Amino acid sequence: MSKIKTPHLHGLWALTNRELKKWYKEPVILILSLIQPILWIGIFGKAMNLANMFQGASISIPGLTIPRQIIDQIGNLVLKETFGTTDYFSFLAVGMLSFIVLFTSMSSGMTIVWDRRLGFLGKLLTTPVPRGSIIISKVLASIIKSLAQATIVLLIGVLLGLRFSFSIAMPAAFLLMYLTLFLLSFGFSSLFLMLALRSTRWETQMAIMNLLNMPLLFSSNSFYPISYMPWWLKPIALANPLTYANAITRWALIGVTPGVSIMVAFAYLVAFAMLFAALGITLSWRFLSL
Amino acid sequence: MSESVIIVNNLTKVYPGGVLAVDHISFEVKEGEIFALLGPNGAGKSTTIGMLTTALRPTEGEAYVGGFSVTREPAKVRSIIGVVPQEFSADEDLTAWENITLIGYLYGLPRDEVKRRAEELLQMVGLYGVKDKKVETFSGGMRRRLEIAMGLINRPRVLFLDEPTLGLDVQTRAAIWEYVLKLKKDYNMTIFLTTHYLEEADSYGDRVAIIDRGRILVIGRPDELKKSVTWDTVEVEVTGPEDTIRKALSGIRQIKEFTFVDGRLVVKVSDGPLAIPQIVNALSSMGLEVRKLSMSRPTLDEVYMHYTGRSMREEFISKEEAFAMRRTLRRARS
Repeated sequence: MSKIKTPHLHGLWALTNRELKKWYKEPVILILSLIQPILWIGIFGKAMNLANMFQGASISIPGLTIPRQIIDQIGNLVLKETFGTTDYFSFLAVGMLSFIVLFTSMSSGMTIVWDRRLGFLGKLLTTPVPRGSIIISKVLASIIKSLAQATIVLLIGVLLGLRFSFSIAMPAAFLLMYLTLFLLSFGFSSLFLMLALRSTRWETQMAIMNLLNMPLLFSSNSFYPISYMPWWLKPIALANPLTYANAITRWALIGVTPGVSIMVAFAYLVAFAMLFAALGITLSWRFLSL
Repeated sequence: MSESVIIVNNLTKVYPGGVLAVDHISFEVKEGEIFALLGPNGAGKSTTIGMLTTALRPTEGEAYVGGFSVTREPAKVRSIIGVVPQEFSADEDLTAWENITLIGYLYGLPRDEVKRRAEELLQMVGLYGVKDKKVETFSGGMRRRLEIAMGLINRPRVLFLDEPTLGLDVQTRAAIWEYVLKLKKDYNMTIFLTTHYLEEADSYGDRVAIIDRGRILVIGRPDELKKSVTWDTVEVEVTGPEDTIRKALSGIRQIKEFTFVDGRLVVKVSDGPLAIPQIVNALSSMGLEVRKLSMSRPTLDEVYMHYTGRSMREEFISKEEAFAMRRTLRRARS
């Protein structure tokens, strides 16, 4: 990588900029891509607020009236025990950060399929720009989009009632959050670009995305803690990078005790990002063609 | 001038699935010439260009462009060529200016230089006034001109034009050709083009190679090709018994064959200008009156037919190609 000369970096930025222009110059797409996280965090996050089950109710069993206070206390204990916080909405809202990063990164593969179909890739391949740069530019653009989307999700979360409880100094917590999401996006963008290297049909790419998005999401700790999963799902959840990203961001932002050490979680994400980025770039040298 | 800038040796491409698209072709292109690869859809033209421009890897054989091997030094080849693909390749969501400068940066040109050249080229193809308009609003002719400008941003030694006039109307085609000829003159470029328009290969190609089913059948100057294999056609309106006519024409050496079509006599001759007086004299001496006479010279289609046994026809093309073609045509006509 160190052999890349400045002119090629020029090309790299020009290509990244192209991807971004298509995104921010198209208000409709920008608005649409904002609506999705708003819907998720607003509707899903508020409606599926598991805390409601445990709080604010009093139960009357004939002959025994349990005061609301006690119910709330028990509820909070259960919540704390289960989610590591009594604030399920915040738990979910922070989990949405990795969720939006996953969804945004996934669509990176589509851009290669479209570039191929619309002839742009053919043109690119006849210019001296390194094949690796074509992939890296798409990864970079995807990361920038993901982080921008995540920021918006975070802001919406705060507006809807996300309460921070930082484990480390606030700037450090946000820095760690961005670093974590950066690594997550890096890995997933590379992975989905890799899957699209030879694809000529966007239907195939859509099918791959649809096949993987929900299982990836539900086999992670995005909605519920790993300890509540059946035994066979646990190893899958422990291999899923989303799990580690959530563990780090929840620890940093809302003080949830992580199931694994933060160092291990971070190292896992670094390895995940590096592995797929290296694979993606290597394979693109070999296989990226018309 | 006579140095070969493209050397192709046994170049072969077999697509996965066993389709033999290009079958051991060899030829050379001289510096500064317009070389036209002529053949129907699916003949292997685009695949050949794909390999010469390093977008496709040859299965077998080798090709050199500007002295660099397309398989071993692809980056060097890419830096000295310009490519105008058959499909429109500009990004529709970007403006003409954004498209052409993007390509400039991909060649690693400095910012100022990119801007200077982009301005010059857009002016040359008459798009400077609409440089900040999105490409999706462009007509077919404008798109093609933009593609040509984009192909020239690196001042290429060799310009590859893949079906540069596909789907365009006659006036636009003529205008595109004007640009191409001007370019050749201004920059002394070598131009390698593919086309399935016979008349374009004929009038603009310095040399023409006819390709069919992945094989090159013949290479030569258009007039040479026509002279070598075909005959002038003389049509005569004459009244009289066929037997008499047959007898009258029997002694003329230049006549290859003749037929009667709708009461007219159609004669194929090897040298029209020499044969015509003889035909007229022979018919007159039999007392037959020649009322009207016309001669047509052969076209490349006849050359094509001679070598392939059939007229230029549509071949089976892949779904992707068909998709791309439909899109190109649709956009070209918008």
